[in-house]
Amino acid sequence: MNATTLLPAVGMAATLAVVLGAVLGWVAARLRADPDSLVEKIDVLLPQTQCGQCRYPGCRPYAEAIARREADIDRCPPGGEATVHALATLLDREPRPIDPQYGVTKPPLVALIDEDRCIGCALCLPACPVDAIVGAPRLMHTVIKSQCTGCELCVAPCPVDCIAMVEPAAHAPRTVNA
Amino acid sequence: MSLRGGLRLDSHKARPLERPIRGVPPPTEIALALDQGSGEESVPVVKAGDAVHMGTLVAASAGAAASLHSPVSGIVREIAVRTTLRGSGRCIVIENDGNDRRAASLAPLDWRTLDEVALLEHIAAGGVAGLGGAAFPTATKLALARAARADLLLLNGAECEPWICCDDGLMRERAAQVVLGAQVMLAATGARRCVVAIEDDKPEAILAMESAVSAASDARIEIRVLPAVFPLGAEGALVTAVTGREVPHDGLPPQVGVVCQNVGTAAAVARLVQDGQPVISRIVTVTGSGVREPCNVEARVGTPVADLIGACGGSDGPELRHIAGGSLTGRILQSDTVPVTKGLNCVLVATSADLPARGMEMPCIRCGDCATVCPAGLLPQQLHAAARTDDTAGLVRYGLSACIECGCCDYVCPSAIPLTARFRTAREQQHLQDMERRRALDAKARYERHQRRLAEQAEAERRAFDEARRRARDSETGTD
Amino acid sequence: MTATTGQPPHVVAGITVPRVMFQVLLALVPVTAVQAYLFGLRPLLLLAVAGIAALACEALALRLRRRSPQPFLRDGSVLVTAVLLALAVPPTLPVPLLVFGIAVAVLVGKHAYGGLGQNPFNPAMVGYAVLLVSFPLEMTRWPAPGAGWDAMTGATALDTLRTGLRQSYTMQEIFAGPAFGHVGAAGAEWISLAALAGGLYLLARRIIRWHIPAAMLAGLAAPAALFHMIDPGAHATATFHLAAGATMLGAFFIATDPVSAATSDRGRLFYGAGIGVLTWVIRTWGGFPDGVAFAVLIMNLAVPLIDRYTVPRIYGHAQR
Repeated sequence: MNATTLLPAVGMAATLAVVLGAVLGWVAARLRADPDSLVEKIDVLLPQTQCGQCRYPGCRPYAEAIARREADIDRCPPGGEATVHALATLLDREPRPIDPQYGVTKPPLVALIDEDRCIGCALCLPACPVDAIVGAPRLMHTVIKSQCTGCELCVAPCPVDCIAMVEPAAHAPRTVNA
Repeated sequence: MSLRGGLRLDSHKARPLERPIRGVPPPTEIALALDQGSGEESVPVVKAGDAVHMGTLVAASAGAAASLHSPVSGIVREIAVRTTLRGSGRCIVIENDGNDRRAASLAPLDWRTLDEVALLEHIAAGGVAGLGGAAFPTATKLALARAARADLLLLNGAECEPWICCDDGLMRERAAQVVLGAQVMLAATGARRCVVAIEDDKPEAILAMESAVSAASDARIEIRVLPAVFPLGAEGALVTAVTGREVPHDGLPPQVGVVCQNVGTAAAVARLVQDGQPVISRIVTVTGSGVREPCNVEARVGTPVADLIGACGGSDGPELRHIAGGSLTGRILQSDTVPVTKGLNCVLVATSADLPARGMEMPCIRCGDCATVCPAGLLPQQLHAAARTDDTAGLVRYGLSACIECGCCDYVCPSAIPLTARFRTAREQQHLQDMERRRALDAKARYERHQRRLAEQAEAERRAFDEARRRARDSETGTD
Repeated sequence: MTATTGQPPHVVAGITVPRVMFQVLLALVPVTAVQAYLFGLRPLLLLAVAGIAALACEALALRLRRRSPQPFLRDGSVLVTAVLLALAVPPTLPVPLLVFGIAVAVLVGKHAYGGLGQNPFNPAMVGYAVLLVSFPLEMTRWPAPGAGWDAMTGATALDTLRTGLRQSYTMQEIFAGPAFGHVGAAGAEWISLAALAGGLYLLARRIIRWHIPAAMLAGLAAPAALFHMIDPGAHATATFHLAAGATMLGAFFIATDPVSAATSDRGRLFYGAGIGVLTWVIRTWGGFPDGVAFAVLIMNLAVPLIDRYTVPRIYGHAQR
């Protein structure tokens, strides 16, 4: 091996590297996924409880963090395993169990206000991210079962601790059907 | 174009057809299930203690449930939960006084004088539902067809599943009624043609129907003979076999200009206009090696299945299993006190000889026989692999929603995998997941509205503050 | 009345995995018989050894995987692998090598991937390929047909063809040599005929479908015929290729292994055609005299891609 055979070989290899690298770079730029649409796709897979257990203020900020690769996909207890798998399939990452420091997956629960103890302070009304609590100051508050996502954000603000999380079947109306 | 895939099976239909249709005496107690097979309950309009006659309306139609009429005269004893075909459900229990007094409001009708809308109302009032098994209100289905301007009325006389032969018996003995029913339905929908599809293993029925059609001298009605392949009688497969068009997966036959009805339903419509009688009875095949005299019987709706078997000489044999329906899609009955519904077409009293045992389940060897026989063109082996790993995307990709649960793939699988059961479970889970997804999207929309509302409130407060400050400044400068 | 829970459908056709495997073994009897006639009793010895070794390896694997040996030991699938491998290797192969090949086929080719129904590669071909590259000398020495098993071993017809072409003999000169019979290799063409007969039997009994064999034979014959037309002196006829080596055995018994083949019928056409073309390419320009084994393994690799693009159209949906 001498210069006359070495130089052309090195030159050809270098040229190939540059050309192929340029092609790959151009293709990556052309075929880049729209970042917004990715956030949208992630957000659709999240359960929309807006509970904040993932330490983000809502599902969409968490979706944005996942898209930015800032947060992993194992932080959503209400979504559970199904959500982790769906995210893993979408993003081509490894599924993993829910990280216990963000909470544990519980069966679906809804909030129930004990009407005997409610004092009508209206502190729980703004706490609900989906406006599922009906009421007004000094009037009875009640949770609309079908709209409650089980995020538990209303439990803490209540000063008399009258909100409990119960199974949906136990959330029965007080009046009896005619 | 005939069926993709499918199976040619031993039909086991000869023995019941050796005898004419037999009547079953009405029982002392009738149990009318509010859910007659469509999945939805009708709304009771009577209460305990009410007196009813034969043909009195006892439950009003609601959604997918047709109206329900009393098949006997007597007293309503109670509305209670009883064992039904679907497991359990609310039933109107009527004590039969044995007199069979007819309700005064019922009378025959000159249907030719009615326009389409009036005819449809009359059919709805008669409680006519899909007697092929779905028990969907016929008037609703015909109205949909009328709205879509469907051109072809397709009467389903295929009866492709083994053991069931009630439609065969009906066509042999009451072909004229079927033809009359077809004419009434043509008038009600405005369709211009009618094709009666019959499989080629029913030569007597074909002959009887052809004679009836020529006797009626109706050029609009035509008999079409199809090969005896299971499941050619499934609605989608039948439409394609007769018209060559495919029903879109997210649509219904009227979208391709066709409306399908069972021949039994047509006969029920005919009886309604001829005798004024709403649907209070139907023909059921009672068959199987465990029945002494297998036969087609005509029984009042609400009769316990045990009475039907009793009318056929009773059951006999070890390890009997009672199945509602045929051997491929029928449901095992836990008890023989289950009442007849409008959707029940066969009671199969089977011995172990009729239903050979399935072997032990083994892993899928990917032989592809399941895909060869699937009438929907699916790849059951791929669906099975996706279902096993809860791969939702895979299930959607391979078309789980197109599965008609006919059982053909199960039948041929050498590894004895219960594919149909797995797919049914997977579909239920998919359905639940879809509902979850929809709830989540709904919650998201409400959350966004909530955020907007808070933002607007904050904005309004800020503006009010600015306004107050401005006014305060103005008044200050004013007094200065 | 017995109350049983049972899900529909309540009847089955009664086809079982052991029955399918038994039919395949039955269809391999003609090939076994011809091999015994040509090469004496040694092929039968190899068959017996292979069968026992395969069952032993399967039992070991099931024990290691903590699965119960029933019903897998009785399903016959490992016996099919054993018989195919035993028939594919030369009858003069030393027994320990065959056992090694079987062990690789069953333990690595089948159970390392999860056992019955899970192997992405054809287990018999995995064993064959490992043997071929590990022991090239023993694996390419076939005895002259008719002689006893300790007679002088020579090359196969395909091998002679390759060497002859490399030495610039024409096809006609090569074919006039003693190693060749009517259509292909002397003696060995009867093996191909026996394999064809067995394959047609399986087709008639609907154990296999026509797509893979037809596609493979077409994929092999087409380029062979084409190139023979272009340059008759340097390329063998399509008929020769069809009759030579493991073509027929491969088309009806090896490529049709359902677990490692493509899924849909259309996919299987591409899969079979690919095997045929690759076999011809390897035979003509590759380093091994017979290309069936490697062609099958390469197309096994391509199956996920083929499957992805050949999903059949579902009723009621437009073509995807």
